[in-house]
Amino acid sequence: MSSHIVLERPGVKPEQEGEKATRRAFLIAGTAAGLAYTAAMAYPIYRYLASPEEMASSASAIKEVSLKDAQKLPAGSVLMFKFGTSPAMLIHHADGTWASLSAVCTHLGCTVQYEPQMDRIHCACHGGVYNPYTGANVSGPPPKPLKKFNVVVGESSVEVSRV
Amino acid sequence: MIAKNTSFYDWAYDWVDERLGVSDLAAFARKKTVPVHAQSFWYYWGGISLFLFMVQCFTGVLLLVYYRPGADSFESVRQITYSMHFGWLIRSAHSWSANLMMFSILVHMFSVYFMKAYRKPRELGWLSGMALLGIASVFGFSGYLLPMDELSYFATKVGLEIPVAIPLVGPAIANILRGGPDVTEFTVQRFFALHVVVLPALFLPLLGFHLWLVQKHGNAMPPSEEAKPAIERKTMPFMPNFLRKDIAMWLISLNVLALLASVFPWQLGKQYDALAPAPVGIHPEWYFMSPFEMLKLLGTVLPGAVGEIAGILLFTVGIALWVMIPFYDKDRESGRRGRNAHYFGLVAVILLLGTTVIGYWSVK
Repeated sequence: MSSHIVLERPGVKPEQEGEKATRRAFLIAGTAAGLAYTAAMAYPIYRYLASPEEMASSASAIKEVSLKDAQKLPAGSVLMFKFGTSPAMLIHHADGTWASLSAVCTHLGCTVQYEPQMDRIHCACHGGVYNPYTGANVSGPPPKPLKKFNVVVGESSVEVSRV
Repeated sequence: MIAKNTSFYDWAYDWVDERLGVSDLAAFARKKTVPVHAQSFWYYWGGISLFLFMVQCFTGVLLLVYYRPGADSFESVRQITYSMHFGWLIRSAHSWSANLMMFSILVHMFSVYFMKAYRKPRELGWLSGMALLGIASVFGFSGYLLPMDELSYFATKVGLEIPVAIPLVGPAIANILRGGPDVTEFTVQRFFALHVVVLPALFLPLLGFHLWLVQKHGNAMPPSEEAKPAIERKTMPFMPNFLRKDIAMWLISLNVLALLASVFPWQLGKQYDALAPAPVGIHPEWYFMSPFEMLKLLGTVLPGAVGEIAGILLFTVGIALWVMIPFYDKDRESGRRGRNAHYFGLVAVILLLGTTVIGYWSVK
């Protein structure tokens, strides 16, 4: 800093002052141009690399899935399907009721498994357990229940939709 | 501890320098000066080639994110060009930059040739440069196939017929390069391995060697400058003065590339079809036009296999002479040999330009 103070002392030649001002203007203009260049190149590259994510987000915006012939699913079994981009389950319980839940564990994202003989949904990764009727987290590390979907059983298909 | 009278910057510099020897590197970097004279303009072209190569690495890695070799290659390039945001621009920049790089390498080579910069002690710079040009041509040839559209299919088919003319081993070489008797997804797969792994692995160390030599020996003066007394010659330090000019040239190159790539986006043809006839007016890329036309012209004089073998022989001899020029025209005392080398260069330029023009003329 001391060198700046020396330069700014009164008695400094006027053209030196002018030189300093144009130098500063040049540096500012150069930095601005450099930033503009970087932005002009970074934007297309970012959009290019982000393309699959944008495609996925338009796919996951789906509100309803029609599962053809799923009404024939035997009691006590599960049908795995894709809701948008992530896996989901259609469960036909032994008591005849239906449920559809997201199959993505709320802990760290593993795909969970329906176990009819234990009457539970289990995640093999870290031992999380969910209720197969409501999706509620019962034991283990999961912090939240599984997302539940609406189920309408029709004549020739099962309609699953977001709540 | 920060001693008295030393700033943190000095302390940090010393810390790094003691461990990595940065000041030796800086001294090596400062050593080089660039001659300033009427022909100094030609000194930029090696740097421009280097810049365009860096663009190739960068855009190439971006294309690698979505490109799938093998049976899926056309579909993946179609996806890059039409589905991914700005994919067309990145592909276009890669193709345009490849062409501009070939052009600037050729300008660089001919300027080195006519300024006699291959003479002692720069023979290895010339040889490594020729090897780099050779690898760059294989880069171009292999990259051309990767989209697997009609043009790339036929270009590769025709290009791989050339080694077939080599007696005895020719067909075996062609089959190994092609991965079978026909251009198929096996060909794309091995060209891909060549293009993104083998060639960069060869190119990069060779490029490092080439640049190290330039730094070590500095830019050569053309004979007209060498003839002047030492006090009349002007130079400028490479670091940072000429480097600054180099970077300005890179910016200009970047702008030219951006304009070409966005205003004239690189096209994608129809997917290749092994049963479809070759499209009318098909021709090789401009940097392969001259050898193709020479082979064609020779084929009319000497029809059949004789002409092909003669052509390949002629090329091999011509290229060998070109590569070995530093050992013929050795130094400034070369005299007559120096003049002969100059005429040989002129003949080469006229032959290349002439056959290229004839090639495009006959395509039309």
